[in-house]
Amino acid sequence: MIKVNGRDREWEKDLTVDLLLKRCKYTFPLIMVKINGKYVPKEKYKDTLIMDGDDVQAIHSIAGG
Amino acid sequence: MFKENKSLKEKEQGHRLLVSFEFEPGKVEKGYTDRRLYINLSENKIEEKPIDLQVKETFTGGRGYGIWYLWDAVSSKTKWNDPENEIIFCTGPICGVTQYSGTGKTHVASISPETGTVNDNNVGGYFAPFLKFSGWDLLEIQGKAKQNVIIFIDGNKGKVSIKEIPGMNSDTYLLIEKLTEKYADDEKDRRNISIISSGRGAENTNLGILNVSWYDVRRKHVRVKQAGRGGTGSVFRDKKILAIVIKYSGVNANSNNVASPELIRKAGERLTKEILTLDHVQNGMREIGTVNLLDHMQNYECLPIHNFKFGSHPDAFKVNSKVWHQRMTQKQAGDSCWIGCALRCSHGVDNFELSTGPLKGEKVLVDGPEYETTAGFAGNCGCFDPDFVLEVSFYCDNYGLDTIGVSTTLAFLMECYENNIINKEITGGLELKFGNTKDALELIHQMAEGRGFGKIAGLGIRQIKKILVEKYGADVKFLQDIGMECKGMEFSEYVTKESLAQQGGYGIANKGPQHDESWLIFMDQINNQIPTFEDKAEALHYFPLFRTWFSIVGLCKLPWNDIEPSDNKQKYHGMEAAKVPEHVENYCWLFEGVTGKHITLEELIQQSEKVHNFQRLFNLRMGFGTREHDAVPYRAVGPVTAEEYESRKELYDQQLREIINFDIKNKTIEEKMKVLRAYREEQYQKLCDAVYKRRGWDSNGVPTLENIKKLKIDFPEIVELVKKYKS
Repeated sequence: MIKVNGRDREWEKDLTVDLLLKRCKYTFPLIMVKINGKYVPKEKYKDTLIMDGDDVQAIHSIAGG
Repeated sequence: MFKENKSLKEKEQGHRLLVSFEFEPGKVEKGYTDRRLYINLSENKIEEKPIDLQVKETFTGGRGYGIWYLWDAVSSKTKWNDPENEIIFCTGPICGVTQYSGTGKTHVASISPETGTVNDNNVGGYFAPFLKFSGWDLLEIQGKAKQNVIIFIDGNKGKVSIKEIPGMNSDTYLLIEKLTEKYADDEKDRRNISIISSGRGAENTNLGILNVSWYDVRRKHVRVKQAGRGGTGSVFRDKKILAIVIKYSGVNANSNNVASPELIRKAGERLTKEILTLDHVQNGMREIGTVNLLDHMQNYECLPIHNFKFGSHPDAFKVNSKVWHQRMTQKQAGDSCWIGCALRCSHGVDNFELSTGPLKGEKVLVDGPEYETTAGFAGNCGCFDPDFVLEVSFYCDNYGLDTIGVSTTLAFLMECYENNIINKEITGGLELKFGNTKDALELIHQMAEGRGFGKIAGLGIRQIKKILVEKYGADVKFLQDIGMECKGMEFSEYVTKESLAQQGGYGIANKGPQHDESWLIFMDQINNQIPTFEDKAEALHYFPLFRTWFSIVGLCKLPWNDIEPSDNKQKYHGMEAAKVPEHVENYCWLFEGVTGKHITLEELIQQSEKVHNFQRLFNLRMGFGTREHDAVPYRAVGPVTAEEYESRKELYDQQLREIINFDIKNKTIEEKMKVLRAYREEQYQKLCDAVYKRRGWDSNGVPTLENIKKLKIDFPEIVELVKKYKS
């Protein structure tokens, strides 16, 4: 189990940041990702693995409206 | 010789000069002219009036000025179509600055035919800057003309004239082409003309808009943006104003005669650099404008589908960003709706051939389409056809109809039709099923022309509900649940079921459920950054006030957070990041740069707080403005029907189990929906409690005496009004 924006989510093997964003349908371009409080640059989304128990923040800019 | 002939021709056509007025052309000092142009159409009177220093210090400008002078003009009994109702066009101190993006907004105040209370709009185009540079902070119009009139303001010569023009079609598209040609000296002079117009749809419905023009020199075409919500265009046409034409030449980098050009340059350079380097990887406003949001709303289950029943649809790809990128003409410098705006989001589709209506077969330039128009007609009405979206977008603008009000009303009628509440007998043969583009278009033409079922549809959802209950015996409770209006205004195009904060953002908004007061869906529903009532209340305190500030100083909201510094979310966290602090700093520089008054974020919020609370009190004076008027239909809060529940069963079942501790085993959908509804409705009331407390309002949503004293808006009539509600 991992946390994504404070909510529980099933963990899966080989889960990268890129894959998690796809699973969540987080398509908005203005997102900042942190894993356990550590910032992950966009260019590393495909290579950065999320481990079981990690606390992930995928913060969207407010924009819109 | 040419002009004499034209004048003779006008006389033959029955054009008659009613009144003219001469004034000393503009003198702007640090963003203000400190005077207003007053016109009374019943009395053919034109006057110069001052703006009192106390009004300036209390209300700052723009919408603040507009609602104050409206308050002064009307009484608690004034209806939208009474002669004393005014329509006020406002400029703010930053309006017209050409070194910063998004400074061309005209702000409009009037009593609304939809809500019966004070309404405000903002719109791009060149009108407000030209008005200010001609020498006027405000244009205030009261009374009603007997026949159609054109008001012409020549800002360089210092002349205002009102001419009676009988028999002219009020629809925007052809009218503004003709008037731009008529009032410009030559092709080059067309850029110095801006026109406010509406159309026959505004005459025949409560959903009228105003179109505000500018001349696109690249396309050699007059363009328009829309002041959309609450039926301001209907007020305009009820006063028999065909058009207001303003002409001004001589805009320069310091037309505002600012206090500190250096501060403005610093803010402008910083923002422009961000836009030019980051927009294409952020929101793509320069490529397709606001419709970029459609894909995201679909992916986040917030795109309204079939009258807000659902949040996504498999056919949404037919109207997604990729489609509009191909349809919209790219790289048009003329897509800035005011000089100097680098975000230039006012895109258009050129040479679109109309297939219906009075201009069938014509090839036209369609403005947008914007996100709201596309989401409303494609998603909410289930008509996922880009040609349909373009056709309705064009005709709504041309007829002077609000695309949000019309699409939300149409979606409501479609659900009524599919539930046999209305049928072909009632609609005059129209089959108003979701997705029926042909009959949807026919209904819009009927609304514009005030014929057939269009006469009922044009009243807006609140009045339609009443007719369906009283005349056709419809279930009042069901209509209340699915009729997406609050305070009499139709919802704009976001699904709010999973965002309690946005439910409040719509419900507690002063003028009705329009997203320009707050948009908190990502912060609340997706980021989960404001989980408690207190967090949500703080967001519903700060963001509506921050957004109000744009309307009092003359700014567009989009360059605030539809672009942001690349390191914004690394430097700042939580709600602070959402404020985009460097852009807030730009605004403080801009305000000081123009007016010479140093301002902090706290002072900026205080400026807004006076105006925002005053508007709430204005609602109170008009018989609204209390808790019961902040109630939203249940469709905005949770699933009304079993079909909706089933569509997100897993989510709702989980909430019942884990949040409400309700044992769902062996329970019917109806039983589960009942428990979910009780919980969600209670949450909404608790949210109202928290927001009222944070805003300094009592439990009935009335600003407290302490609060209005603190804000220095404790004028005797305000105190008397508040005391009346206390007792």
